[in-house]
Amino acid sequence: MGEIAQKILADQGLVLAFALVGALMWASAALSRHLTAGRIHASAIAILAALALAWWGGVLTGGKKGLADVPGFAGLALMGGAMLRDFAIVATAFEVDVVEARKAGLMGVIALALGTIVPFVLGVGVAWSFGYRDAVSLTTLGAGTVTYIVGPVTGAALGASSPVIALSIATGVLKAVLVMTATPMVARLIGLDNPRSAMAFGGLMGTVSGVAGGLAATDQRLVPYGALTATFHTGIGCLVCPSIFFLIVRALT
Amino acid sequence: MAIYGTALLALCTLLGAALGEVLGVALHVKANVGGVGIAMLLLIAAKAWLARQGKLTPGLRLGVEFWAVMYIPIVVAMAAQQNVLAAVEGGPMVVIAGVGAVTLCFALVAVLGRVMGRRHG
Repeated sequence: MGEIAQKILADQGLVLAFALVGALMWASAALSRHLTAGRIHASAIAILAALALAWWGGVLTGGKKGLADVPGFAGLALMGGAMLRDFAIVATAFEVDVVEARKAGLMGVIALALGTIVPFVLGVGVAWSFGYRDAVSLTTLGAGTVTYIVGPVTGAALGASSPVIALSIATGVLKAVLVMTATPMVARLIGLDNPRSAMAFGGLMGTVSGVAGGLAATDQRLVPYGALTATFHTGIGCLVCPSIFFLIVRALT
Repeated sequence: MAIYGTALLALCTLLGAALGEVLGVALHVKANVGGVGIAMLLLIAAKAWLARQGKLTPGLRLGVEFWAVMYIPIVVAMAAQQNVLAAVEGGPMVVIAGVGAVTLCFALVAVLGRVMGRRHG
């Protein structure tokens, strides 16, 4: 009996992940309906629960991939990995209103510029106040505040120390997690209810996983607009952080 | 045929990823620059072209739309494999930088939405 269970766990990872996520979504929908009268979106509850499970998985295994590090849940790594995530994001473009997207073009560009500069400056400032004085560490920590990919890419390019790179990743991951969880709560406050503001949101927040999760939990129809700008964010960050931004930080320190 | 839709989606995603890599190399960046965004634009263009040709069949649509609606479950799976522990245990600097950046950017979304919204009337 145990052998059969083990064989299924090992061979059917992705299928098991489908069933698991389905069950989680079903439980979240029930919670949303009965406990919050539909006020908190079922997907928001599901994402929060998944993050809690990821935390638990990290505690259990000491690994870096949350629940996916627990044997048996490894299929989650494939289902929620970058490949299928990007595939599904692209699919959402099928429903994009081209006229709306075009109208927000300029705003998307402004949002992308602000979304790179503002977090970077803030990150550098916080790192400075915590006693970091060398340009390489400051730039890497600032880059981590842009997204958790920009941080390590910048750190590797500049030759930052490993603890600094780890801190920059942690900052970026925390940002992604915060965007996922807080977006549905502040959506109405910041006017996040139309394609145009969703494109501004995507450009400003940047982190694709954060934007994807946050918008999914707020209003599914906004997802493609946010993703359209967010996808350029990491590339732009990796472009300017180790180059222009580093030179500016070095000139100032 | 649904597979035509899924294959079209795959083709756009692959082309976008390749172009994003090319852009990354051209800009000397160790990252994919806008691959997903390029793929989305390709898919939008492909849909418009198919619609003009009268070839946007329900089967083809199904092959794309299935993946679009699977998007949220995939995001839930993505959330389940984040390194949440590291994010939580990063210490005060990480928390201040993370919370500060997110708060500031939320405020900017509101500002930008209001300013630009007025300009477009």
